Amino acid sequence: MLTALIAGLFYLATATLTIGLARKILVYARTPAPLKIPTTPAPTSRAGVAARLLREVVLFESLFKASKWTWLFGWLFHFGMFVALLRHLRYFTDPVWGWVAWIQSAGIYAGFAMVIGLAGLWARRMLVDRVRYISAPSDHLMLALLLGIGGSGLLMTYVWHTDIVALKAFVQGWMRFRPGELPADPVLVIHLLLVICLMLVFPISKLLHAPGLFFSPTRNQADDPRERRHLPGGA
Amino acid sequence: MAVKAEFDIPVITNVPRTPGLREGAMAHSRPFVAKADHQEPLGFPGELVEDWHDRAIGRMGELLGEYRSLQVFMDACVKCGACTDKCHYYLGTADPKNMPVARQDLMRKVYRRYFTFAGKFFPRLVGAVDLTEEVLGEWYSYYHQCSECRRCSVYCPYGIDTAEVTMAGREILASVGIGQKYSNEIIGKVYKIGNNLGLPEPALADTLEGLEEEVKEDTDVDVRFPLDEQGADVLLVTPSADFFAEPHVDGLIGYAKVFHQAGIRWTLSSHASEAANFGLFIGSQGNMQRVAMRIREAALELGVKRIVVGECGHAWRVAYSYWNTLIGPFDFLDPDYPAPQHVCEATWDLVQQGALRFNRENNDDKVVTFHDSCNVSRASRMGSMPGGQFLIPRELIRAACNHFVDMRQETIHEGTFCCGGGGGLLTDDLVELRVKGALPRMQALHEVIEQHGVTHMAAICAICKSQFTKVLPYYDLGMDMIISIHQLVGDALELGVER
Repeated sequence: MLTALIAGLFYLATATLTIGLARKILVYARTPAPLKIPTTPAPTSRAGVAARLLREVVLFESLFKASKWTWLFGWLFHFGMFVALLRHLRYFTDPVWGWVAWIQSAGIYAGFAMVIGLAGLWARRMLVDRVRYISAPSDHLMLALLLGIGGSGLLMTYVWHTDIVALKAFVQGWMRFRPGELPADPVLVIHLLLVICLMLVFPISKLLHAPGLFFSPTRNQADDPRERRHLPGGA
Repeated sequence: MAVKAEFDIPVITNVPRTPGLREGAMAHSRPFVAKADHQEPLGFPGELVEDWHDRAIGRMGELLGEYRSLQVFMDACVKCGACTDKCHYYLGTADPKNMPVARQDLMRKVYRRYFTFAGKFFPRLVGAVDLTEEVLGEWYSYYHQCSECRRCSVYCPYGIDTAEVTMAGREILASVGIGQKYSNEIIGKVYKIGNNLGLPEPALADTLEGLEEEVKEDTDVDVRFPLDEQGADVLLVTPSADFFAEPHVDGLIGYAKVFHQAGIRWTLSSHASEAANFGLFIGSQGNMQRVAMRIREAALELGVKRIVVGECGHAWRVAYSYWNTLIGPFDFLDPDYPAPQHVCEATWDLVQQGALRFNRENNDDKVVTFHDSCNVSRASRMGSMPGGQFLIPRELIRAACNHFVDMRQETIHEGTFCCGGGGGLLTDDLVELRVKGALPRMQALHEVIEQHGVTHMAAICAICKSQFTKVLPYYDLGMDMIISIHQLVGDALELGVER
């Protein structure tokens, strides 16, 4: 019963995430950028633009200019989550890929980084009057959701261990549309339900900042209006 | 002696600080609304239309489909707060709705309500609201407290540019009948007479003749100010304030001296006697294109080989970034100068060729600093490499002056603060906003006055020059501190000597 519920919800969430995100990306890609509006100084070539976007994605370059604290907490959170996510590939690969095995121990620290980063961001949201002013209930809830995911994950690593062999069997089966039995640990169930929530809200929330960055004309346009005539309907 | 005002003039502190929130501090600030006479020539309804609600939402939907910037910016903000202490209007007024994210949210709240799943079904959760007359009023007030300077876009991790949102907000307001008098009246004048100031051709010719006499008297050299001269090599398009406002006109004299000394045949045009393009400010691409088209027409009619744009910030943004799209291609220009140039680029090229000689000592009575104009810094370029827009003006100042110092690092280059009067806000009905918005620049200027004895601040924007002339006295500083770069250039240039 529980297994079927969680497995079913995961199919639903995966479909929602994929289709919702694809739809949004299609909207962004199809909407024209009629004028040249890169925030200058900007790179003059496509390669330069790629490098600028890469710096934004990996280093949070603009945020670093803006606020060192937000940058620090934001970076800890995102890269902690990224490495923790990679660590979870061990449930999806069989045999486990070499590099996934190799990052397992780093992945544990990443979980802490993620939670510390989130806590820092939430503290800023509550303590800095300007950030408190611009926060809607959904902004707090999003942090609560992510903290719930990170926290329950750490709890399973350190306090209430779950049967990861059984979990892996479940995941492997799920991928082949024949999910096995899910260990009925409360923390695991909470962890998975929160992840499902996150996947469901992704395409209809501010999490769209992830694809949005790549379509942001102030960052993805090259500074070349003299050399290349940007056509009004152009991208 | 500082000017008396009916509002509190911000106090300059030694260390710039971010103020605590004062909710509603600037809720009363709103510019005069355009009358029917100012609206209709631009294609907008003369007064608030009856079905304003549906028309506004409809126009918003259109803009979301026409501008990827707006669509992405409405979705992408995570409310991280990076921009909250970056806007000069927030720093000067402490009104939280002048934080860039809060300004965007005025529209984002409505976007969410009408265009997103979460806002349609859970409005309270995500802070979505219906579009009411009250919300519209708030838009009018706060979308006219943004100078579209893009400083926030430098610091946003997703590059969200509040200027794009402000422009969309103004466009929606104008399209339901609530336009801004100042900008729309000026655009009307450009259509009717040819420039922002409403200076007709005979008056312009007269003014230019007067300038020729003035320069002759000062220098004993026949420096010409040609108008509508067929077959000239260069068409100079400059903001009309350059024709007689102080200190602008001394910049125009500077351009004329440079062209004279370099032996360049140039001309102004009475058909395109204005570089400014307020179509940008009101977010109306159609009006922006119509205003810009006069320049293409004038260039073709006069048969020029080059186009040079005078000292004007937003005009240079339009010229550099948009002209090729809106009125291009420029295939009729000299292949050596295939794109319109900034007058600073043109002068700097001549300096590098050794075509100009300077007596820097002529400016020895001045210690000069430079105010980077927002549109030049963050929405355009000069020269062949990124950041040329910061280097070339400074090189020109150094070529013409012995004493130059920069202001605090985070207030120049890409981090420069708007003068406080840009983006269509340079009007007396917004003087409180303009004075308060100038605070961050005044603070940085004050610092170099104290530390380095700075006497003058050079600028390359007609709006900056007018704005500082107006607000400097509120901060107990002389209005004549603000000067054109080409005034410095013109004053130091050796005229009449063999090249």
